[in-house]
Amino acid sequence: MPDNLGTSPNEVQFRFREDEVVDHPAVTVDSFLDQSNAAAVRIEPGDDTRELLPHLGRIKLVEVNFPGFMDGRGYSAARVLREAGYEGEIRAVGEVLIDQLAIMRRCGFDAFAPADMLDETDAERAFGLWDNVYQKTTDGRAPIWQKRHG
Amino acid sequence: MKILTGNDLLTGLVTWWDGQGWSPHVDDAVDVGDEAETILAREEAARRVNASYAIEATRDEAGKVRPAHIKDRVRALGPTVRPDLTLKPAEPEALNWVI
Amino acid sequence: MYKYDNYDQEMVDTRVAEFRDQTRRRLEGKMTEDQFKPLRLQNGLYLQLHAYMLRVAVPYGTLNSTQMHALADIADKYDRGYGHFTTRQNIQYNWIKLEEAPDLLADLAKVEMHAIQTSGNCIRNISSDQYAGAAADELVDPRPYAELLRQWSSFHPEFLHLPRKFKICVIASDTDRAAMRLHDIGIQIVKNDAGEIGCAFYVGGGMGRTPMIAPLIREFVPLDQLITYSEACLRVYNRYGRRDNKYKARIKILVHEMGKDEYARQVEEEFAHLLEQGIEPPLAELERIKTYFQDPEFKTGLTDKADRSDENFARWVDSNCMPHKTPGYVAVTISLKPVGGIPGDASTEQMHVMADLAKEYSFDECRVTHAQNIVLPHVEIGRLNELYGKLAEAGLATANIDHIGDIIACPGLDYCSLANARSIPVAQKISQRFAENGKGETLGQLKLKISGCINACGHHHAGHIGILGVDKKGTENYQLLLGGSEAEDTSLAKITGPGFDEAGIVDAVEKAADVYLAQREDGERFLDTYRRIGMDPFKEALYA
Ligand code: SF4
Repeated sequence: MPDNLGTSPNEVQFRFREDEVVDHPAVTVDSFLDQSNAAAVRIEPGDDTRELLPHLGRIKLVEVNFPGFMDGRGYSAARVLREAGYEGEIRAVGEVLIDQLAIMRRCGFDAFAPADMLDETDAERAFGLWDNVYQKTTDGRAPIWQKRHG
Repeated sequence: MKILTGNDLLTGLVTWWDGQGWSPHVDDAVDVGDEAETILAREEAARRVNASYAIEATRDEAGKVRPAHIKDRVRALGPTVRPDLTLKPAEPEALNWVI
Repeated sequence: MYKYDNYDQEMVDTRVAEFRDQTRRRLEGKMTEDQFKPLRLQNGLYLQLHAYMLRVAVPYGTLNSTQMHALADIADKYDRGYGHFTTRQNIQYNWIKLEEAPDLLADLAKVEMHAIQTSGNCIRNISSDQYAGAAADELVDPRPYAELLRQWSSFHPEFLHLPRKFKICVIASDTDRAAMRLHDIGIQIVKNDAGEIGCAFYVGGGMGRTPMIAPLIREFVPLDQLITYSEACLRVYNRYGRRDNKYKARIKILVHEMGKDEYARQVEEEFAHLLEQGIEPPLAELERIKTYFQDPEFKTGLTDKADRSDENFARWVDSNCMPHKTPGYVAVTISLKPVGGIPGDASTEQMHVMADLAKEYSFDECRVTHAQNIVLPHVEIGRLNELYGKLAEAGLATANIDHIGDIIACPGLDYCSLANARSIPVAQKISQRFAENGKGETLGQLKLKISGCINACGHHHAGHIGILGVDKKGTENYQLLLGGSEAEDTSLAKITGPGFDEAGIVDAVEKAADVYLAQREDGERFLDTYRRIGMDPFKEALYA
């Protein structure tokens, strides 16, 4: 497998961060753990995200690949990273579709590089559709139960 | 013979390829020979049919088409336990054709 | 029962708008069927044999009369005048048009209902005891906990793309009327030695291709950690559940392959971590929900005797009424299993009648049971005669609950695209046979369950007698199983031997019933006799 398999900044279609787009080739989790200078890593569905936790300090970009949109392991991967305090970019790549955008946001993704470009209007609508949420995640939104009880 | 079937995208109702378009009646189905994949790809892309596939069937002397598999015969008629909701509510013997 | 506040209402309304937009994009060709299918499934919309089928959620099986009327109206407006109540305590419509589905969902939302996550690889509608709030033996009403879980599991961003579907059940009594241990997660509300209420978690049960009884994973989860613990259970499953093989993707396989202790250990690890994340709603939220499930204003000083002079009425009372926690009341089960009828089907008119009766006789409430019947949970004993008369008029007074005529049957090959064989005609013929030979009542409790394929929607593994439809070289064939139970004495039924054709299976059931009648000892049910004498005497009778 080639080592620099990441997406490039111009493939990022949506981004919810103020900082510079990270332009650093992402490597596999295994290669990342082998080398000390990599700053970007790409998580595949079967990878154990927890292995990255001791190294969060040097990571600037995590790409989470969705080879097929039905494989939901990437959602847990992103949340595990956020819950461990990772604040860098988490980029969803691969089969990223309109109807998954909002829930990816909720799980901690803040950049999206879909393999096929998405319709901008439909995507915007999807990002803004849900005014409220039932669960607490790390996205900072107050869940409905919190609003109910002040 | 090989015939094509699927469900109408909008209504979900069972349809059969009649050579020009889609018909609710299995007897209208035509042999597509080795054209199955071409026709299905085209019709799916045009969103005129959903969940379509090709099946084996026979046509008797009277022109009646009988799919090889019981599942498609049930589809061709309707639920056997509700004759009133099948395509042949007035023909209870149509059930024998399914089983 | 629970009432939506503005937030809940907004969530279902937004969902309708979302689905309307998704449907539009599909019809405009902006989405392929492969992309659309999981979305429509998570809104309950399947493509079945004859048309689209829509499954409406009935959370923990509870409905008020307005909702039941609305279900009847939907059957009329969007379908062909009937609906099918399912083993998941939901209702399905068989003839829905995709173009009308968003309007249907909007109509549902008007009465605080939806079809959210009634299908797809996500957490499904939460099931519970149909007698919740009425049963004499319950510790507490399990429904507030189910409602808390409903809100947590609805649109849960991490768990909408699980390896496979995920079913949760909550009960609160030692008697299990909801097949709790045959769920992905079965929760029993229990009291610990300190007298505190909490939850026992059973994880990894299920029917289908590889039936398993869920093992106990944790004896006691405190109430203020219920959501956090559930989230831990789901996260371990989402990360490690198999995705390479659809038939091995349910959590039961993970728990089995990993071992329940290792699974429990990983859940504990995740749980410890999640406890620090503050994801648990405060207990005040549970208290808020509980206020909606307070007892209705039961009367006191009521008679506990009905006039039993009418023999048919007396028989109906004996089989269809269940003791209530409040003196003077019973819970009434309306059988949707008339002799020769389609199990679980109800017409528009019948739904309207049941809605009216719920309003008049049962504090505006009814329930859907996993056995595909309807319960009026709180009926005055003194008004049973009157109620019976009205039910009889509507063809809803069949007296057969938990008898051989009260058959659970999935839609099978008459409707379902996954089926191998038809279930309904077999159910019809068996109920007719036992009505004609008069053995139905003599047999006493005998739960018969039929599935049209290995997916086991008809719970055949859990039947005292189970029937499984299989495909034998293109013709329908039926395997007979004996000895299953979905109750607190959960067990999985075993196959007797070679299968039968349609006529043969009806005869086979009668032969099995005859073995029981000949061999039973005092007070034994079919299941008890089977457990005592074993399979051999039945095999001898069946295959001699
Ligand atoms: S058991 Fe099989 S045939 Fe019956 S409803 Fe389920 S999937 Fe369909």
